[in-house]
Amino acid sequence: MAKKTLNIVESAYRAVMEEQDDTILWLLAAMQGAGAEHTVVLRGNAVNYAVAGQAMPGLTVGEWKQTQAPRMDNDVVDLIEKRKIPVFVIEEDLAARGIERGELAPGVQLLSSKSLPQRMAEYDIVSHW
Amino acid sequence: MSQKTFAVALMDAPYESENLTTAFRILDAMAQRGHNINVFAYEGASGLAFAKQAPHPNPVHGKNLAEENHPTTKDQVAALLALAAKNGGKVDWVNCGMCVDERGVGEFVADTRRGSPADFHTFCEASDNVLVIPTK
Amino acid sequence: MAEYLLIESRDPFESNEVGYYCELARGLVEAGNQVTLFLIQNAVLAVRPSAQTPKLRALVGSGVKILADDFALKGRGIAKLLDGVQTAPIDIVVDHLEAGHKIIWH
Repeated sequence: MAKKTLNIVESAYRAVMEEQDDTILWLLAAMQGAGAEHTVVLRGNAVNYAVAGQAMPGLTVGEWKQTQAPRMDNDVVDLIEKRKIPVFVIEEDLAARGIERGELAPGVQLLSSKSLPQRMAEYDIVSHW
Repeated sequence: MSQKTFAVALMDAPYESENLTTAFRILDAMAQRGHNINVFAYEGASGLAFAKQAPHPNPVHGKNLAEENHPTTKDQVAALLALAAKNGGKVDWVNCGMCVDERGVGEFVADTRRGSPADFHTFCEASDNVLVIPTK
Repeated sequence: MAEYLLIESRDPFESNEVGYYCELARGLVEAGNQVTLFLIQNAVLAVRPSAQTPKLRALVGSGVKILADDFALKGRGIAKLLDGVQTAPIDIVVDHLEAGHKIIWH
């Protein structure tokens, strides 16, 4: 059985346009496909990844047009539904950013920052991104 | 202390973050102790072992090429591999393949290799401990 | 009970998220763990005795062991540290890795 890894993801919207993915969520999805057992906690600005209805406009430079602009909410739903990676968001960070529970993509679970220490104890590896 | 195996994930590109100075200090300390080190060089870090890095002089400080002795991460990677070998440890330095492709840094320091996220998974499973050094 | 090495590379003057990390350290100790907070890179800018860093100061005496990287301190000309913060070499990261502690880098 694979080691259980808790991934606390804080970095948000860094390089998502160039990579057309969040590089960490992508990495975890790929590793899950190789047999890993990951859980994701979105905190800080990364809680915004869970907000439904995001639609990055594609970048245009002269005649060059981006055709596959990222949809972070879709990627979060993909993690939950296709990759079977549980995704939590820190509720205090949602509140700080004025994000209501009803705005979140389906399947995202809430977690209080106060519960993080107990949650971390359940995993073999804890990585912060 | 008996030999251990550590998995390390790096993300920062050369010349952009102090994270790499700290990372190489930690890797050096691991290699000094003879541990096995499995490095997954992801994103910008896939360029750390790029063989075509070249040092330069420093005209602002009036130093020529030799005087400036400008660091290149490829030399730091090569030195790490040599140190580990000298102390009985093995380094498996993997450059994430797609990261390498999009950056055009496909020529690596000898004894580093192209790989994928599956390698990082294998590293984590096979290691005694894991250190992830994220980028900001 | 587990042991954690929390590595903080950010300083509280530039990043609000340092406060969260101090709170996490405290929460882990209160949950019964042993916690070392290792300040590296610009995080050491917070350790001068006269620095205005309430969240770090509040951690002193909380049960979190607070260390500052000697290399980063020397590079920034910081010779005097806040009471309760000690200097440490980078080797402690490998010490913690060898001991199987959870190492988390922020």
